[in-house]
Amino acid sequence: MSAPPSELLGFLVAVGTILVLATIAGQTMRWWLAPDRSNPIIEEINARIASWWAMVVLIGLALLAGRAGVVVLFAVCSFAALREFLSLTRTARADHWSLLLAFYAILPLQYLLVWHDWYGLYSIFIPVYAFLMLPVLSALRGGPERFLDRIAETQWAIMLAIYCASYVPALLNLHVPGYEGQNILLVAYLIFVVQFSDVMQFVWGKLVGRHRIAASISPSKTWEGFVGGVASASLAGMLLWWITPFTPIVSLLVSLLICLAGFAGGLVLSAIKRDRGVKDWGYVIPGHGGFIDRLDSVLFAAPIFLHILRYYWSVK
Amino acid sequence: MRTEDPVDQMVAALDEGYSLILFPEGKRNTTEDAVLPFKTGLYHLASARPDIDLVPVWIANLSRIMPKGELIPLPLLCTVTFGAALHLNEGEAKADFLLRAASELRALAPAPA
Repeated sequence: MSAPPSELLGFLVAVGTILVLATIAGQTMRWWLAPDRSNPIIEEINARIASWWAMVVLIGLALLAGRAGVVVLFAVCSFAALREFLSLTRTARADHWSLLLAFYAILPLQYLLVWHDWYGLYSIFIPVYAFLMLPVLSALRGGPERFLDRIAETQWAIMLAIYCASYVPALLNLHVPGYEGQNILLVAYLIFVVQFSDVMQFVWGKLVGRHRIAASISPSKTWEGFVGGVASASLAGMLLWWITPFTPIVSLLVSLLICLAGFAGGLVLSAIKRDRGVKDWGYVIPGHGGFIDRLDSVLFAAPIFLHILRYYWSVK
Repeated sequence: MRTEDPVDQMVAALDEGYSLILFPEGKRNTTEDAVLPFKTGLYHLASARPDIDLVPVWIANLSRIMPKGELIPLPLLCTVTFGAALHLNEGEAKADFLLRAASELRALAPAPA
């Protein structure tokens, strides 16, 4: 295992500074406006900031640990996300084996393939082989009721929770000339820009949000929040050009693209939650909800980020 | 053949201060219905010890996590919802009590997805 690149420490100090400022702002708001904790928005913001500390420490440790840390962290995230997603689907008893296989075989195998940088197989293993084989197991067990619904729900769960999430550690496999040994920073960049976009969409939405983008899907997504959040996070991505192989302008454009993809992820997963009649995917992260509530935007942004790098920067 | 009445055994355990977990449907529910008709043991226990609190508990997703006859559980999320304690009303008929208990339990089920 190689030592983490020196830029990683600078990056983590910058993120820590942002969190310190956010914590001071959150506590000041409470002290100023509702010291008796009676304002639910302020309490939610402070709960979210507290959870961010825990998430940043965890992700920071995984980044410092390098390849093994990031692969294990995202395998665990995949497991948690798959669990949350499948808990809300309507599978039948006949799907028991195929679901067991998803958790205990497909998930570890996908991460093993990513670990060994077998791009030709990990990029098609789930969308070709898992998608074809799992319905076979369900069919062998009988029970044709709502068969297409059941396999479609299961496939979408595996696609998002395992396949898309595994593209984050897959960034470590890229070979960008002049950027050797620094791929861990691509993971840091992706997670930071996309999550910062979510946070800033929340902040801008709360401050000036008026016009809802899709009121029937998500009452909290507004055009003002979307534009302000994506613009803020794209600028932040530009300021982070020094941890990437990009120039500042290219970094701005790449950030813009992954913020847009991240927004799409949040929107689609909100629609699924709305369809299932839940507000959050789980209860694990105070103020945020479940793992998928935080991962949704990363799931959509990761494959796009990897493919841009792979086709325009990486030597294959 | 039974050598000892199971209700007597349950009453004895309650008298010793134990709490009991009863599955009043008597078997795993593999039907489309939310709750199977309750067996009569719950009524006999409630009439033997009317002061005991009967707390309905809904365990969501259990039949998907471990369907009847399967060996390996799925790691899905499971929620447990507790309702208000019930008691046998004075003069309440057996069938009425069992129906009421079952409907109290059904009322704890999360809205169908």
